[in-house]
Formats: sequence, C-alpha cells, structure tokens
Amino acid sequence: MKKSVFLGTLAIAGVAAGYAAADGHSSGTLAQVQDRGSLNCGVTTGLAGFAAPDANGEWEGFDVAICRAVAAAVLGDASAVEFVPTTGQTRFTALASGEIDMLARNTTWTFSRDVDLAFEFTGVNYYDGQGFMVPRELGVSSALELDGATVCIQTGTTTELNLADYFSSNNMSYEPVPIETNAEGQQQYLAGACDVYTTDASGLAATRATFEDPDAHVVLPEIVSKEPLGPLVRHGDNEWGDIVRWTLNALITAEELGVTSANVGEIGGTTGNPEIRRLLGTEGDLGAMLGLDADWAANAFAAGGNYGEIFEGNIGESTPIGIARGLNAQWTDGGLLYSPPFR
Amino acid sequence: MATLTDPPRQSFQIGQLIYDTRYRSTTIQVVAFILIMAGIFWLGNNLITNLAERGKDIDFGFLGNRAGYDINQMLIQYSNDSTHARAALVGIMNTLLVAFLGCITATIIGVTAGILRLSKNWIIARLMSVYVEGFRNIPLLLWILIIFAVVTESAPRPSDFRGEDAEASMILFDSVAVTNRGIYIPSPDWGPNSGLLIAIFLISFVGIFVYRAMARRKQEATGAQSPVFLVGLALFFIPTLIAFFILGRPVTLNYPELGGFNFTGGIQLRNSLIALWIALSLYTGAFIAEIVRAGILAVDKGQTEASSALGMRPKRTMNLVVLPQALRVIIPPIISQYLNLTKNSSLAIAVGYMDARATLGGITISQTGRELEGMLLLGVFYLIVSLIISGVMNIYNNSVKLQER
Ligand SMILES: N[C@@H](CCC(=O)N[C@@H](CS)C(=O)NCC(=O)O)C(=O)O
Repeated sequence: MKKSVFLGTLAIAGVAAGYAAADGHSSGTLAQVQDRGSLNCGVTTGLAGFAAPDANGEWEGFDVAICRAVAAAVLGDASAVEFVPTTGQTRFTALASGEIDMLARNTTWTFSRDVDLAFEFTGVNYYDGQGFMVPRELGVSSALELDGATVCIQTGTTTELNLADYFSSNNMSYEPVPIETNAEGQQQYLAGACDVYTTDASGLAATRATFEDPDAHVVLPEIVSKEPLGPLVRHGDNEWGDIVRWTLNALITAEELGVTSANVGEIGGTTGNPEIRRLLGTEGDLGAMLGLDADWAANAFAAGGNYGEIFEGNIGESTPIGIARGLNAQWTDGGLLYSPPFR
Repeated sequence: MATLTDPPRQSFQIGQLIYDTRYRSTTIQVVAFILIMAGIFWLGNNLITNLAERGKDIDFGFLGNRAGYDINQMLIQYSNDSTHARAALVGIMNTLLVAFLGCITATIIGVTAGILRLSKNWIIARLMSVYVEGFRNIPLLLWILIIFAVVTESAPRPSDFRGEDAEASMILFDSVAVTNRGIYIPSPDWGPNSGLLIAIFLISFVGIFVYRAMARRKQEATGAQSPVFLVGLALFFIPTLIAFFILGRPVTLNYPELGGFNFTGGIQLRNSLIALWIALSLYTGAFIAEIVRAGILAVDKGQTEASSALGMRPKRTMNLVVLPQALRVIIPPIISQYLNLTKNSSLAIAVGYMDARATLGGITISQTGRELEGMLLLGVFYLIVSLIISGVMNIYNNSVKLQER
C-alpha cells in the first residue's frame, strides 16, 4: 500500500514536471517575459563598466544597458530585469535551460556557439580582441617575450583556446592558472600567482581601471584574436531573437540619426526624417510587426540613451575605464557599427 | 504411502496474485519493477524529445575532437592538440592523485587524533577535541579556500628569489623553493642502471616482509622476539645505498632553478594541489578520528585490563590487543569516509585544481555544449571509482573481520 501510494505520487509529480517543462517551451519567450512581467538577463559576475552592481545594488554597465533596453522595449519598464550573474562556464547552460531569456555577457560570437551550441547571436555590441596585461616591473614589452610565464585565464572562454593557439604557434610554453571569475583572476594576478592576465582587451581595460595603481600595469600591444561580443538568445525562437536584434539595431541607429535620451520625447513629432518617425513609432507599425507597442524603441532609448550615450556613460573616455570608440564607432566615423535600415 | 489425502488441488485464480501470501510479494515486486522501468523510460524519452526540440541529441562524438585548451598539472602526456577524452583522462588522474594522497594522510591524521583524543593527558585530549570539532563543523569548501589563501598569500613570489640580495631564498640546501605558485622540489633523473637500482630496492622491500614473517613464526614457535624494526630499517636502506654507489650513482637529482618567469626543473607541487590535499586530509581526518575513537571505546575494557595483568605496556596493549579488535568496528565506516573524500575532491574547482570535474565536467562541457553527456560520464566515473574503493576495502575488511565458525 505504502509503496503504491509512493509510486503514484512519484508518477504524478513526474507527469506534472513534464507538462510544466513542455509548457515552458511551447509558448514563445516573448509571451513568457510578458506574463512574468520581467526579463531574466544573464550578465557577468561583475566586470566594472560592463555589468556590476553599484553601491546600491543596482546593476549597471554597458551589457546591463542592453538588458534594460530590451526590458524597456518589451515591458515599457527598464527596471523590470532580473539580472542573473553567470560565469564563463555556466552562461550557456543557463541560457540553454531557459533560466535566462537572453545573455549579455561579453560573449564572443563564434561559429560553434552559433551552430553547434544552438544559440542565436543577435548582433555585435562591442568589437573586441584578446590582449595581455602584465605588471610594469616585469619589463615586458611584447607578448612574444612571455615564454614560460604563468598566465591567469577564465575557463570555458574563447580566451583559453586563443591563448593555447597563440603560444603553440609561436613555439612558446606557459603555465595556465584556471580561474572562474574576473574577480578571482584580478585577485590572483595582483597577488602575483600569475605573471600575466589575459582576456578581452575591453575586460583588461575595465579590470585595470579598478586597480589601486593602474599605472603599475601595462596592456601589451598584441591583440591576438577577433572577439565580436554580442547578446544572444536560444536558437529556434525567431520572434524573440528579432526583438533583441532590433533593439540593439535601434540603439545603434538612434545614435546615427541623432536620437538621444534628451530629445526622444519630442523629436518623433518634430522631425522631418521619416526613418526617425518609423523608429519612434510616430509613423508606420514596426512595433506591431515585432509584437510590441509602437513606442518600443522610444522606451528603449529613454532607458539609457542611444548606443553612443551608453558607451560614453559606462566605458567611454570620460569614465575611469576610458575606452576609445575605435572599431566601435559608427560606420560614418570610420568604425564598424552599421545597422540595417528601419523600414 | 501417504496417510493423509492430499488437499484438493485448486486451479490457479488471478485473485491469488494479490490475496495469496505465496504470490503477493512477487506480484508487488513485478508491478513496482514495471512502474519504475516505465518511469525511467518516460523520463528518458522526455529528455530526448526536449533535447531534440532544441536541436540537440545525445552524442559522445565530441570526446574524439581536439580539446584545444591546456592543463597545468598533467600526470600523462597531454597537449592542446589532444582529444577531449584525453583531457578527461588527465583530469581523472588528477582526481585519483589527490584522492589517493588524501586518503593516506587522512588515515594517518585520523588514527593519531582518534587515539590521542582518548589520552589521559588533558591538554592533548582537549587539543584533539578542538581539532575534530573545528574541522567537522565547518564546511569543507571554507577550509579549502582558507588553506589556499594561506599558502598563496604567505609565500614569496618567484621574482622575490631573484637578484643579489633577494628577499626570499630556497630552503634545505637550496633544493626546495616555497613560492606563492607552489612548492618546487628536486625531481629524480633516472640514468642508465637505475632500473637495476629500483629492482634491488624492491627486492629488499620484499625481504623486509619475508623477515617479518620468519620472525613471527619463530616467536610463535619459541617465544623469542627478533629485532624486527631494526632489521627492517637496515634492509630498507643499506642494500639500496650500497648499490647506488656501486652502480655509479645512476639517479641524480634535478634541482629547481629560477629561470625566466618561474622556477624550472624539479617537480612543482601546485598550491591548488597542496591546499586541496591538506584540506581534504584534515577534514576527513577529523571524521576518521571520531570513528577510531568510537572503535577503541567499543573494545571491552576487560581486554585492556587483562593485557595489563599480563604485564604488557600500554603501547603494546594498544597495538596488539585493542587496535586489532577495534579495526573490525572501524573499517566499514572508514570506507565511506574514503568515498566521501574522493567525491569531495570535486570541490577542486574552488582553487582551480584541474580534476575530472574541472576538465571533463567544466571546460570540455562549456567548450562543446555537451552538458548532459559530460555530466553522465562524470557520474559514471565517480560511481566506478567509489565501487572500486568499496570493493577493495571490503576485501580488507573481510580479512580482519572475526572469523565466525
Ligand atoms: N569573450 C570571451 C571571454 C568572455 C569573458 O569571460 N570575459 C571576462 C572578462 S572580459 C568576463 O566577462 N568576466 C566577468 C566575470 O567573471 O563574470 C568569451 O566569450 O568566451
């Protein structure tokens, strides 16, 4: 008797779990986010300027701004975001399992992640490359002088694969010290447990900016890889993928067309530029095509401004991180940012 | 000839499966089995359909692909051109290494602490209680992190060893360097003839056991004791040392030397290994101490008194009377401590020790996206290791257990 009751309970629980799981995937991510009233966005465990909680526990940063823009576009509320900190190793599982709706975590768009891991990269929000940082006192001026060095690397990243390739193709050896998070890497590096810290150049700049004495550390001139970083979603939910992709494009287009957080309120009514009107929903029905309100993009800009404002406010030259636009300038300024047109 | 007539043989009815006590338990077992199998099948099926929905399948082919990442501690040949399977094997070897070292030291620490906790010396007994309670009641992960922080922060950097008036220097006649990246010790260089040397060493080692067996037989026959310890010590060192010099010192030591960024040459015991090893040993040692204490207390006091009455000193009483009997109580729970230690070694991830969890269950999974396959393999690995450990320990347990007739 006891046994059969137990088995029955087990079976019912199993069936219920199965339905819950099946249910979770049959309706689209957009509907789930709207039902929930908040967006689950995967970010780093903490990287100054990109994603880190401020003194009040509010997440802020360049990647965080993308999450907020998507939440504003979908829910009309830039604060309706649950931030889920992920490490290099947990981020893809978190996304694939549905724990997060999108991932904005300095993640490089690669063939195998796109095709084999079945994710969909919705664009590039930062064109980056891998670099090396060493203490100035080592007197190293080129990455080619690093033979025999001990190198701190985050596991589960493209960084560790590039590092292996770079050292073997230059016939050099190194001792890897595997670490889980940037904070741990920073601590190990400063404690001298490794001679070199390597990651995306943007991450190096952000990490170095938080050091007590940033000038005691140099970033070597070599950039050994291409790291196009962008937000990504699960493969197969194209409506949701479109929303994230076009929110990012909207941020980029807004900068190109001069729509800012300051003028987003009135420019839609006053401008003579039809693309701005389409973008802001005062003309046409682009929002409805995405399944969103007409002012979806306007909401996204109101959250943190256009791409340029987000960049300058979080990682630009006026911030301690001090990254120049470089490749991440608009195509009209000689950079690579080039959004498809809104029509 | 039967005096009683056989009861009339009833034909079998389906209701008997439930009401007849002869069949009931079989029926329940068969039904339970079918239900469990159906449940497993249903879950598995669910998994496969859900995976398929996401465009994923179960495929172990990734094991044969190039791994592409480097591992710092390798007991077998490995490079980033090796396969994921090879990387998993490197991790497995590292797990086994720390588990093996940990089990040995945990046993030594545990037995010592367990015996000392019963000491009549108040301070020693209290100290051991502090040790046992401190380690048993604080999570292992914290101990691993604390010990790692201590070994990393307290030791000098390799660069501190450089220069005319260096801040740090090597110890033990310049043969060992303690740095914040680990301890560098000399490694042996096996020259020609070193095989012969090892053979001689092994033979004298066997000789020790032969001598001990002879000594025991002699004692049982005549009661005369032989100097087992001294002869054993002599056998251990003298033949090998003589051979070492006769053969022209075939084995030389390769001392670590500061070169470039790091010490080169010698063997590097990485901080991650040291911290994990110490933490696992001390933590499991505390549990073993309690098991040993309980085992000793389980031996009837009369046994100790009887052996004192025979004039045996306390140390001999402990070694010859109490411990052998206590072992019967001690060994089964110690087996589970060994299993715990082995499985706890997967906390290695906290200090970046590259065990099976870190290679197969960590980097390989995130580079290939094969979470399910990786975790399955990892589970199977821990299962097999645990089964082997309990198997071996059970054999040992059977050999010390009371022979019941
Ligand atoms: N772009 C590389 C590396 C990404 C990465 O791990 N970046 C580091 C430093 S730029 C990071 O975001 N760390 C934050 C954390 O530890 O959570 C990848 O996608 O594999």
